[in-house]
Amino acid sequence: MAEPYRTQTVGPHLIGRVILYALLILLALYYVAPLLVMVTTSLKTLDEIRAGNLLTLPGVVTFEAWGKAWASACTGVDCGGLKGNFMNSMRFVVPAVVISTLTGAFNGYVLTMWRFKGSDVMFTLLLVGCFIPFQVVLLPMAQTLGWLGIANSTPGLIFVHVVYGLAFTTLFFRNFYVSIPADLTKAARIDGAGFFTIFWRIILPLSPPIIVVCVIWQFTQIWNDFLFGVVFSSGERQPITVALNNLVNTSTGVKEYNVDMAAAIIAALPTLFVYIVAGKYFLRGLTAGAVKG
Amino acid sequence: MNLPLASAQALERPRRSFADYLEIALPKIVLGPTLLCGLIFVYGFILWTGWLSFTESRLLPRYEFAGLVQYVTLFQNERWWTALTNLGIFGGLFIGVCLALGLLMAILLDQRIRAEGFLRAIYLYPMALSFIVTGTAWKWILNPGLGVQNLVRQWGFPDFTFDWIVTPGMSIYTVVIAGAWQSTGFVMALFLAGLRGVDDSIIKAAQVDGAGTVRIYTSIIIPSLRPVFFSALIILAHIAIKSFDLVMALTGGGPGFSSDLPATFMYTFAFNRNQIGLGAASAMMMLMTVVAIIVPMVYSETRRHRRG
Amino acid sequence: MGALSIRNVFKRFGATEVLKGIDIEAQDGEFLILVGPSGCGKSTLLNMIAGLDTISSGDIAIGGRVVNDLSPKDRDIAMVFQSYALYPNMSVRNNISFGLKIRKVPRDKQDEIVARVAKTLQMEHLLERMPSQLSGGQRQRVAMGRALARDPALFLFDEPLSNLDAKLRVEMRTEIKLLHERLKATIVYVTHDQIEAMTLGDRIAVMKDGVVRQLATPQEVYDNPADLFVAGFIGSPSMNFIRCPVAQSEGRVGVQLREGGETFLFPAPAPVQKGLGAWVGKEVVLGIRPEQITDKTAFTGVNPDLVTRSAKVEVVQPTGPDTLILIHLNDTPVTCRIHPEANARPGQSMTLMFDLSKLVFFDPQTEARIG
Repeated sequence: MAEPYRTQTVGPHLIGRVILYALLILLALYYVAPLLVMVTTSLKTLDEIRAGNLLTLPGVVTFEAWGKAWASACTGVDCGGLKGNFMNSMRFVVPAVVISTLTGAFNGYVLTMWRFKGSDVMFTLLLVGCFIPFQVVLLPMAQTLGWLGIANSTPGLIFVHVVYGLAFTTLFFRNFYVSIPADLTKAARIDGAGFFTIFWRIILPLSPPIIVVCVIWQFTQIWNDFLFGVVFSSGERQPITVALNNLVNTSTGVKEYNVDMAAAIIAALPTLFVYIVAGKYFLRGLTAGAVKG
Repeated sequence: MNLPLASAQALERPRRSFADYLEIALPKIVLGPTLLCGLIFVYGFILWTGWLSFTESRLLPRYEFAGLVQYVTLFQNERWWTALTNLGIFGGLFIGVCLALGLLMAILLDQRIRAEGFLRAIYLYPMALSFIVTGTAWKWILNPGLGVQNLVRQWGFPDFTFDWIVTPGMSIYTVVIAGAWQSTGFVMALFLAGLRGVDDSIIKAAQVDGAGTVRIYTSIIIPSLRPVFFSALIILAHIAIKSFDLVMALTGGGPGFSSDLPATFMYTFAFNRNQIGLGAASAMMMLMTVVAIIVPMVYSETRRHRRG
Repeated sequence: MGALSIRNVFKRFGATEVLKGIDIEAQDGEFLILVGPSGCGKSTLLNMIAGLDTISSGDIAIGGRVVNDLSPKDRDIAMVFQSYALYPNMSVRNNISFGLKIRKVPRDKQDEIVARVAKTLQMEHLLERMPSQLSGGQRQRVAMGRALARDPALFLFDEPLSNLDAKLRVEMRTEIKLLHERLKATIVYVTHDQIEAMTLGDRIAVMKDGVVRQLATPQEVYDNPADLFVAGFIGSPSMNFIRCPVAQSEGRVGVQLREGGETFLFPAPAPVQKGLGAWVGKEVVLGIRPEQITDKTAFTGVNPDLVTRSAKVEVVQPTGPDTLILIHLNDTPVTCRIHPEANARPGQSMTLMFDLSKLVFFDPQTEARIG
């Protein structure tokens, strides 16, 4: 038998590959640079900052700025640093993520396995909630929170984030459950399983991939939110994003750039951590969200 | 031929139990709260804001109908026009840069690179950050005295200026830079998934026909990415119209109000300047912009799908 | 009183009527097949028997009880699905005992039933495996095991073999038939494959467009199809249909056929003579199966129903056990089944033997069978 031909690999030649990698590395630098700059700036003293430039490394690494950012920087009226706001964020983000994910799971389950007349229409209407600019609900919501007595409070923020997160979580779960064969539910019904049994015993065990995606997405969205935070809370109750903005943009006295940078990194740490640990699920969440129902 | 029917005997006819009725109602009960939320807190609130936009509310809401007075005021407001113009500039550039750069990066990454996963993670991490963090970082980088301008000057170009962030006419472009940095990775991820979804056999057929790599990309692969283009476009347009966090952190809308966007306009007037009616009107305008752009796009895409 | 009774059942989706007045009675221990092309309503009917779909009007009774208002779990049925629908996160053992667990059957009884079912289906060695570790045939067996464990009054099968490859399908068919013989269970089996229908069923309901066209034993449906559709649906290769004028000759009514340049008359079988008589001078559709046109055998001349004619062979397709050849009668292609040894050659003329006792005739307008 004759030896099979070795075909040329299609693609750029060596020079092409070199240019390719050069471009990619350049782009990578463009992306990493801001983060690096933030870190190095946060480790310098103010004198070093003024003396050097963006790219100079700290001569002596000091964590003084970090300490200030965490415990003593001024975020508006009080000067207790970000730690209080960090806790605030934790306090409402976690419950909001849990509630919106759970509800989204049940909704997705109903919309795929227990369809009834009009349920598809309802889903489309719900989807609209993904698209509206939240500016159109701010004023009425501010009023409503006041009436309900939960304005400027953790329950208030939980409420808002759950309500406006439902469209996304439902979308995620519904798109995932659509690929589970409907015969599975039928077989379970004949076996005698009811609505909740089927969910608990059969659907839920199949759900970990999408639960992870949903939790990561929701956590990132809600932790990073600023609009709801700045409108629906004030002072001590503010989430960390609002506090960060206040810290950076207050113009009393000398601008402490290193503290600003340290504060920004503190605010970014939780979501960055989640990204590093579970990044590929994050990506799946993004692309899943882009797939319309 | 059918067998003759059994004579109509009195057969046992069990009835539905209460538990059965409950089972049937359960799906609707479960979906109910979410629907209620949607109805009240989305549609209902939109109507409410709409009503407010037709009133003369200032600090406190008043509900007597006042016609289009707020809209008139809105469109006579110089700051609103700045915001709208900025939206056009920012939106157009932001979307354009993200799409172009995202596509380029996706194509580059598609070339069977060694460290693809690692590079992809790097390009995408900004999406995990809050826009406030991004704004803060870039505000520092673009700081005239201590940021890039200073850096380049120290490298030996004493006359280099890059003070866009404090220049009224140019401040909006800094928002583009920061925004594009944050969101391009996402577009790249979408395009990469789309590129990977292209049918291998079509590419092989083109290779057999003698087409070079560039030709294959321009004539076959990129056109097949049309649906991805649309998804990315819709999402980017959405982000652009909603942009609030980034502007607040990066420029605060300034200098003055030169980098204002409709979202920051709405916030300022509704909550800082006690002009609820005007704020509501601007919010309604934002909603209408979103609807005016997204609805036709989605409609034309689904029409294409039906026909295709 | 039968095991299953479907009386005047209708199903409507909005304005469309998907099932129009279905009447079927199945006896205890009967293997009933619902067969027909896709869209004929067979799966919908099965779902309605199971309780997975509502009944628009009419009654369905199982074991003497009208089950219209009962949920699936109360109907004493078990179902085997085309996609097997095994619970992916449970072992084979747990898949089989899931329904028992829900019914709160005591643990030792559960184990006993699982052991019995596993023995019947010869899958004791599979009990601890997960569905993803099983082959298609094994999964199908587990699905059947799940149904067996419930010991229901009625078994429902929804195209269970469609996802298997051809060879496996034949094996599983035999297994199902053996199972039925052993258990004497009442089975309603949906398929679109007419071979499955013929080989498995005690009786077949041929359905089209929401109506049962014929409900009879396989042999009856094969020999005496109720209409054109049933005649063409059952049998592979399918029956030949030839339009021809009815004429009389020597006191017998028959149809005129033309081959090459020659015209001849095929007289109708005795039972149909009277019915066909009304059609003299008009056109009917003649139905004759490929297996009724073969090469000459020793019976020619002895049996008056077997007549020979020669015809030009157009196409020859050997299948192994026999050879299919194509001829033209009345300008219509006609498939014939001959022995491979008969050595047919395309373009050559050949003597063929026609079995006239099996001719059937159809009204060209209503498609109903004449006679």
